[in-house]
Amino acid sequence: MTQTVAPAPSSHSADRVRPALASRLMARPEIGALVAAIIIFIFFLVLAPSFRSAESFFTVLYQSSVIGIVAVGVGLLMIGGEFDLSSGVIVYTAGLFTSMFCWYYGVNLWIGAILSLAFCLLLGFINGYLVMKTGIPSFLITLGTFFVLQGANLGVTKLVTGTVSTPDISNIDGFDSLGKIFASSFKIGSVTIWTSVLWWILFVALAAWTLQRTRVGNWIFAVGGNPDSARAVGVPVVRTKIGLFMVVSFLGWFVGMHQLFRFNTLQAGGGVGNEFLYIIAAVVGGTLLTGGFGNAIGVAIGAFIFGMTSLGIIYAGWDPNWFKAFLGVMLLLAVLVNLYVKRMSTRRKVG
Amino acid sequence: MTDTLADHADKGLHKGEPLVEMEGVGKSYGAIRALRGINLRVNAGEVTCVLGDNGAGKSTLIKIISGLHPHNEGSLRVDGKEVNFASPREALSHGIATVYQDLAVVGLMEVWRNFFLGSELTAGRYPLAGLKVKQMREIADTELRKMGIVVKDINQPIGTLSGGQRQCVAIARAVYFGARVLILDEPTAALGVKQSGVVLKYVAAARDAGLGVVFITHNPHHAYMVGDHFVILKLGATALDKTRKEVGLDELTQQMAGGDELAELSHELKR
Repeated sequence: MTQTVAPAPSSHSADRVRPALASRLMARPEIGALVAAIIIFIFFLVLAPSFRSAESFFTVLYQSSVIGIVAVGVGLLMIGGEFDLSSGVIVYTAGLFTSMFCWYYGVNLWIGAILSLAFCLLLGFINGYLVMKTGIPSFLITLGTFFVLQGANLGVTKLVTGTVSTPDISNIDGFDSLGKIFASSFKIGSVTIWTSVLWWILFVALAAWTLQRTRVGNWIFAVGGNPDSARAVGVPVVRTKIGLFMVVSFLGWFVGMHQLFRFNTLQAGGGVGNEFLYIIAAVVGGTLLTGGFGNAIGVAIGAFIFGMTSLGIIYAGWDPNWFKAFLGVMLLLAVLVNLYVKRMSTRRKVG
Repeated sequence: MTDTLADHADKGLHKGEPLVEMEGVGKSYGAIRALRGINLRVNAGEVTCVLGDNGAGKSTLIKIISGLHPHNEGSLRVDGKEVNFASPREALSHGIATVYQDLAVVGLMEVWRNFFLGSELTAGRYPLAGLKVKQMREIADTELRKMGIVVKDINQPIGTLSGGQRQCVAIARAVYFGARVLILDEPTAALGVKQSGVVLKYVAAARDAGLGVVFITHNPHHAYMVGDHFVILKLGATALDKTRKEVGLDELTQQMAGGDELAELSHELKR
């Protein structure tokens, strides 16, 4: 590409039409989720007295962040047109790997954490590589890795420790420093702020910037929207998609570290089902299931709705078993809103 | 209107020098042989027209030059060097830009994002460098206006434009980024008379700016207006390969329409 860029003329921006604010807002992916979040927030404010404190707001944020961090990656991947069903169990794979490696060999937890990161990135790469090289839908490939990891998590843990949970690692070197990074909290006044909330905000901001304002973001939308056209104009489709799978596994590792250093010990069977929570957060946040449309802020709002409802039901004193039913209704509503928005924004405007 | 081409054309181009040379090129998809024994030269400052019926291998031919599918027989040389493109990105880096008939745009993305897709302007080379959004919008808008396309809002999803307008965006993009070779796969098929005229002017302007142009079309009239060199494909092989001096519009039309077969058909249908 040898072209030079001529200085941009700015003469005729006068007759360019800027659509009305309302229709510009309607075209944004997160608008449906934002409206839903406000309604749900007011709903619990009215019905659950204990929901009304700043403390419980930050507890909701914490709950949202644990789902939200991986959901950001899953959202990016879905905008890129692929699924990752192994994203729930990889969180526990990461934690179990670190924990048992360091316990068994008696090495510093930093070594285990870094090896675990490398292992998770490799898993993400394998997911992406298999999807791109075989052309089999990512739904099937990652369903496979999901079962492999789920089984291996239990099997290996049983082999190493003899039980289905990992030994307490809080006495191993490196626990304190890693704990500071992944699972510490501080108090401002009466509220407790977990670092995971700050990390969540950071990851959302990074993802939002990447999607809207960088070359890679442009490529993510393109490979999700129309991979053949994207390739034809020179977008590296394979690299972009494999990279997205690795982002998901990186964020899965990150939350795995949080879980491990927060609770010192992990259940080997954990994480199953969370992959759907991530997908729901992304879809509720306006991500199109077929790819090519969505944004990171929307996914964050989706995760926040999850946090609000899962705790709000408890604060309101209802049977928490209703939570899943509520989640299902949210998902259905979100899909309908998305369908409507997509029709609106792609319909040809007359005149 | 055509200053974009003159501005962006590689200054090192000399009229008449070969840019793309194909020798005995063939391509098979499994057991199906889509193309065989093709010899084609694309010279700087000349328009090579490739004509042929449906399924003659025209699209396969340009997909080889533009890097979409690698060829599996013969040799492809660009600027005298043997190449085998693994991806369209490699072809683009040689200054070869293509307007595909079927692979034009990503419908849900904004017009300006589509225009710059794969060749975005960024503020730096580091991975998270910001896009120069304002500049890209201005350039996309200006280039489209030069083609006579005024979009209501450069930020609207390109899926909201008509088929012809989308095609024009794809052409404007190729003209903007194709520094050495411009390949157009039936660019006028979806266009009206006026827009077709604009496209033909672009083809002529690209030729005058010293680019090598490969112009694929069904329409011998369009081809004869701008072409320097004509190749007719039939069932994956070359049926005619003549320069403008050697062939007239009548012969071209007749060959294109099937020559003797057409005479036979008109005899059968005689009323």
